[in-house]
Amino acid sequence: MPLDNAESSTRKYKVVGTRPNRPDGVDKVTGRARFGADAVAPGQLVGLILRSPHPHAKIKGIDASKALKLAGVKAVVTSADLPDKTDGDAMLYDVLVNVMAREKALYQGHAVAAVAATSASIARQALKLIKVDYEILPHVTDVDEAMKPNAPLLYPKMITDGMDPKPKKPSNVVRRYEFGHGDVEAGFKKAEIIVERSFKTEATHQGYIEPHACLANVGPDGQGELWVCTQGHFMVRDTCARLLGMDFSKLRVTASEIGGGFGGKTTVFIEPIALALSRKANRPVKVVMSREEVFKATGPTSSSSIDVKIGATKDGRIVAGDATLRYQGGAFAGSPVEFGAMTAFAQYDLDNVRAVGFDVVCNRPKQAAYRAPGAPMANFAVESVIEELAHKVGMEPIDFRIKNAAREGTHSSYGPVYGPIGLLPTLQKAREHPHFKAPLGKNQGRGMACGFWFNFGGQSCVSMNIGVDGTVGVTVGSPDIGGSRASMCLMTAEELGIPYDKVRAVVADTGTLGYNDVTDGSRTTFATGMACIMAARDAIKKLCARAAQIWGIPEDAVVWENGHAKPAGSNAGNFPPMSLKEIAAQAPSTGGPIAGHHEFSADGAGVSFATHICDSEVDPETGFTKILRYTVLQDAGKAVHPSYVEGQFQGGAVQGIGWALNEEYIYGKDGRLQNAGFLDYRIPVCSDLPMIDTVILEIPNPGHPYGVRGVGETSIVPPLAAVANSVSAAVGVRMTELPISPPKLLAALEKQSAMKKAAE
Amino acid sequence: MRYERPTTLQAASQLLAKEKGSAYVLAGGTDLLVRLRTGFIEPDLIVDIKRIASTRTIAKTATGFKIGAAVSGAELGENAALKKAWPGVVEAANLIGSKQVQGRATMTGNLCNASPAADSVPALVAAAAKVVIAGPKGKRTIPVEQVPVGPGKTSLKKGEIIEAILLPKRPARSGDAYLRFIPRTEMDIAVVGVGVSLTLDAKGIVTAARVSLGAVAPTVLLVPAAAKAIIGTKLDAKALDALAAAASAACKPIDDKRGTKDYRIKVAGVLAKRAAKIAQQRAGGK
Amino acid sequence: MSSIKVSTTINGDPTEYVCEADETLLDVLRNRLGLTGAKEGCSTGDCGACSVTIDGRLTCSCLVLGAEMDGAEIGTIEGMASGEKLHPLQKKFIEHAALQCGICTPGFLIAAKSLLDHNPKPTETEVRFALAGNLCRCTGYDKIVRAVMDTAAEMRRA
Repeated sequence: MPLDNAESSTRKYKVVGTRPNRPDGVDKVTGRARFGADAVAPGQLVGLILRSPHPHAKIKGIDASKALKLAGVKAVVTSADLPDKTDGDAMLYDVLVNVMAREKALYQGHAVAAVAATSASIARQALKLIKVDYEILPHVTDVDEAMKPNAPLLYPKMITDGMDPKPKKPSNVVRRYEFGHGDVEAGFKKAEIIVERSFKTEATHQGYIEPHACLANVGPDGQGELWVCTQGHFMVRDTCARLLGMDFSKLRVTASEIGGGFGGKTTVFIEPIALALSRKANRPVKVVMSREEVFKATGPTSSSSIDVKIGATKDGRIVAGDATLRYQGGAFAGSPVEFGAMTAFAQYDLDNVRAVGFDVVCNRPKQAAYRAPGAPMANFAVESVIEELAHKVGMEPIDFRIKNAAREGTHSSYGPVYGPIGLLPTLQKAREHPHFKAPLGKNQGRGMACGFWFNFGGQSCVSMNIGVDGTVGVTVGSPDIGGSRASMCLMTAEELGIPYDKVRAVVADTGTLGYNDVTDGSRTTFATGMACIMAARDAIKKLCARAAQIWGIPEDAVVWENGHAKPAGSNAGNFPPMSLKEIAAQAPSTGGPIAGHHEFSADGAGVSFATHICDSEVDPETGFTKILRYTVLQDAGKAVHPSYVEGQFQGGAVQGIGWALNEEYIYGKDGRLQNAGFLDYRIPVCSDLPMIDTVILEIPNPGHPYGVRGVGETSIVPPLAAVANSVSAAVGVRMTELPISPPKLLAALEKQSAMKKAAE
Repeated sequence: MRYERPTTLQAASQLLAKEKGSAYVLAGGTDLLVRLRTGFIEPDLIVDIKRIASTRTIAKTATGFKIGAAVSGAELGENAALKKAWPGVVEAANLIGSKQVQGRATMTGNLCNASPAADSVPALVAAAAKVVIAGPKGKRTIPVEQVPVGPGKTSLKKGEIIEAILLPKRPARSGDAYLRFIPRTEMDIAVVGVGVSLTLDAKGIVTAARVSLGAVAPTVLLVPAAAKAIIGTKLDAKALDALAAAASAACKPIDDKRGTKDYRIKVAGVLAKRAAKIAQQRAGGK
Repeated sequence: MSSIKVSTTINGDPTEYVCEADETLLDVLRNRLGLTGAKEGCSTGDCGACSVTIDGRLTCSCLVLGAEMDGAEIGTIEGMASGEKLHPLQKKFIEHAALQCGICTPGFLIAAKSLLDHNPKPTETEVRFALAGNLCRCTGYDKIVRAVMDTAAEMRRA
C-alpha cells in the first residue's frame, strides 16, 4: 500500500502533537477503572495454584484426594487435565509445560496443581492437602555455570542448534546466533587501541504494580469467556483455546484495564489454568497472583554474561567490534540473546562487526519480554567499552560516538541498511544541552550512552463508526497500557478534521473485532494508529460518496478538506462545504450507517535511537549512588501526544536506573529466590530520583503517514550504561557487573585503593 | 483465628495467658499482618491492644517520657516535646517504612518483632530506654536490650504484654542520633543501623555515651567499647576513628541478600562516626 | 471461623459489614463492599496501591484487619471527588499525564492529598519523600511530582 511519505515532514497538524486529557482519565483518578482483579461474576470461585518449592525435581506423583474431599473445593487441576494438544508446535508446548509442570518441576514456583474453592481460606487449606511426591534433582541458576561441561542438565537430550559442526554432547545451550559483517580479525589488526572487557547483569523483573489476574467462565457447551489483564487478548484467546482444545470463536476474551506490562503480560500463565478449573467446576473462577507468585512464576528478563572487544585507530575511528553474549532465559528456550546480539552494535557505523549469542536454559522462571528485550544488557557492555575506548583514544566520549555513529545509509550490524534515522541529531542535541555543560562537584560523575531499538509493526484491525450526531467511535483491539487510546483519538480526529473531543476510542473484546497482535514492540501508536488513519480515510471515502449523492454529482468530484466534503472544483458544482456532522445527520436516509475499517499487517516500523546523559554522586564511604540529573534525548518520529511520549522516555529511563543500581533476582545456593517481594526487589522509589528531563526529536519515519516511530522501548536501552559510565566517572573504577549495589561498589573502591597502595 | 479487643491490660494478659494455640498481640499490625498474609504465622488468637487507654498516649513524667505501646510513628513525630528531647529516637521510629506504615507502626511492635535490623531499637538502646511489661503476675520493668533474645524471639513470657516504653529525662547538653544504611532512600530494611546518645560537659567533652548497632548480629548490640572510645574526648578525628574501629570490631554480621559481612563491618564504623557528630551537634557541641 | 460485625464510616457514609478475623480492610473494601478503587499490588505494605485514610491518617489498607475498623472513619479514592466535581489533584493528574497504566493512581492520590492536607506548600523533596511509599513503574514519578506541586500551588491561590 503506497503511503504519502512526503506529507509527514511538511504537514501542519491541528490535533496531533497537542496534549489533551486522555479519555480514560476520569475513570482512573476516581477508582472506577476496572483492572484484572476488579471483575466479579455470580457464583465465582477462588482459584489458587500450588507451586514447586524445588528448583529442579522430578514429579513422581500428585495425590489430591484429600483436597477434593474438603467441603467447598469444587475442582482440582493438574497437568493430567491439560493433555498435549500442541501438535508438534515446540514453542506452544513450552507454554503448556510452563503453565503447569508435567514430568519435572523446572524452577522454584513452577505450577504443579490448582484448586477452585468457594473461598480463599478453603482454597488455601486445599493446597496444603495436595501431596506431591518429588525427587529432587541437582539445579543450576547461573548462566556461566549452566554452560560448564559438568552442569546439571535441564534437558538431557538437548543438542545446541546453530553450531557447525553440531556438538555431540548435550548441554544447556539451546542455540547459537551470529550477526555481523566484514572481517573482524582483519579489523583488529588495524586497531591501534583495543579495549576488551567482560560483563555480567542480573535478571530483573518488569515490576508492573498489578499482579496477573483473570476471571474465567467456561460452560459444558464449550463456550467460554475470560476477563484478563494482558497486553494481547487475541493472543490469550488463541493460546488458551489451542491448549484447551476450544474453538477460537467460542472463547471471548476481554482485556481489562491493565496495570502495567512492559512485556511481562505478552504470554499466558494463569489463564489456561483458570479456564481449566472453570470448565471442570462449571463455575466462574477468579485467579489472582500474589506479588510473591509474580516474582517467582512469571517472566523476568534474562541474566547475562557478555564479553566485548572494540578496537579503534588513534584518530578515533572504530575498526572492529566483537561481542559474545550468553543469556539464560529460564527453564525454556527463547532468551532474547538474539535481539541482544542484533542490537549490541546497532548504533555504530562499522566495517567489521560480529556478535555471537548463546541461548541458555537454567532452573529459573521462563523469561518474558521486558521492554526492548535483550538490548539493555548488550548495550551496557558495548557502551561501557565505547566510553573507555574514547578516553583511551583521547576523545570526548560524545565526539567519539558522533564520529562513529550510524546514519542514513549505514549497513547496520544486524543486516539492513538504515534509512533516515535520528541518532546523530540526538547526539548533537545532547552536546548542546545545558546538562552537558553543567559543572560537577566532588565524587560526582557524568556518563552517557546511545541506544537502539527496532520497533515493530504487526497486525492491527480497526473499526470506526460515525454517529448521526457527528461523533466518532473508534474500536481498536490493542490493549492500552500507557495512554494509547488518546493517541488513537488524536490521529483519528486529525485525519477526519474534527475536534479531539468528538472521538472516543474503546478497546474491544475478541468477539467484536478482527485479530490484533499483542501490544508490544512499541507497535500500537505506530501500527494500530496507522490502522486508525486508514480507517478514517475509508470513512472519508464513504462520507464523500454520501455528499456526492446529496449533491447529485459524481463521487470523484468530491474532496475532503478540514473535516468537510466539498466539490473538487467549480466545474464539479457550486455547493457549500458539508461538515462531517451534516453528512452524518443524513446517513439514515442516504444509505444507512457510515463506518470506516482497516485491517492489515503493518510494515515500515521506523527504528529509533536515543542518547541519555546521567550525573551521579557516590558516597565513597558507603558505596551509595545518588542520581543527580538525567536527560533523555530520543527520536519519536512524530510525537502524537507529547506528554505520553515524555512519559515513555521517563519511565523507561527509571526502569533502567533501577536495573543499573539496585534491582536483581537474588538466588540462594538452594536455587530459591530470596527476594520475591517489593521490599527486597528494590525498584526505584520517588525519593530516589531527580526529575527526568526529556528532549523529543522528530525525524519522520517514512513508513508512517505522520512519521510516527514507536517510542516505548528505546528508552530502557541506554540507562544501564549511562548510569554505569557516570558512576565509573565519579569514582574512577569501571563497574562491569550490574546491579552496582552499594556493597559491590564499596568492595570495588576498596580493591582499587588497596591496589594503589600496593603500587606506591 | 479469633480476634479480641480487650479494654484493660489485665483482660488482654488473661486472653493471651489462657490461649492454648498461638496468640499474638496486635498494635500497629504492620509486621504482624505481613507475616499473617504470607502464611509465615497461623495465629489462633489475635489480641488488639489499641482499645487499652494507656497504650495510646505519650506522657511526660517526672523521670522522662512514657510512650504507650500502640502509639504510632506518626504520633511520635507530632509530639514536639519528645522530638526535642529525643530526636534520634523519633527519627529512628519515623524511618520505619512509608508514610502509610508510619500511620500504624509502633516502636513497641518494632521491638517485639525482634528483628536485628529494627530501626527504632538501636536508638532506644542508645537512649537507655526501658519497657514496662504487664503480665499475669503484675508489672515489671526491664531495659529494652533485654527484650529481643534472637531473630524473631523475645524474652516475654506467655501472657505478657509491653504496655509502654520509658525514655529517661535528659541531662543538659545531651543529644542522640540514629543513622542507618539502605540501598534506596526509603522503604528498605537497614543493612546497618547505628544509635548514639551522648552528654557533653560545658567544655564540649563527652561525659557519657551509649552506642548501639543494628543488623550486624542476631540482636541489636550495645557496644560499651565504642562509647568508651569517645568518653572524655571532644570527638576529634582520633576519637572518631577509635569509635569507628570499636563499632566495626563489635560486629558479628552475616552475608545475606541485603549486604555482605565486610560491608556491614565497614559501614558500621562509618555510620557510628556520622551519628556521633550529629548527636554532638544536637547536644550543643561543635 | 466466626464472623465479626463492624460498624464504620466510609467516605462519610455509615457502613456496616461482617468479616472474618483474618480479612484485611483491603479484602473487605474490595470483596465485600465493591470498593475496588484501592488495589492490591503487594499485600505487604510496600507499594501503597491500597492506600486509604483511617481517622484521617494515611495507611495501607492491606496492613489493617477489617475487624479493627469498628468505629473508625475510612476515606477511599471513591470519596475523593465531591459529586461531579473532581478534587484538584484528580484534575491535575489527568492534565499532567501523571498516570500511564493507572493502577497506582488511586494510592498516589490518597497519599498526595494526605500530604497537602498537612503541608500545603511542600518542596519537591518533601513531595518525593511523602510519596516514597507509593510505587509507580510507568512514569518515573516525574509527572506525578509535577502534578502534586502544581496542585499545591493552585490550591494556595484559591
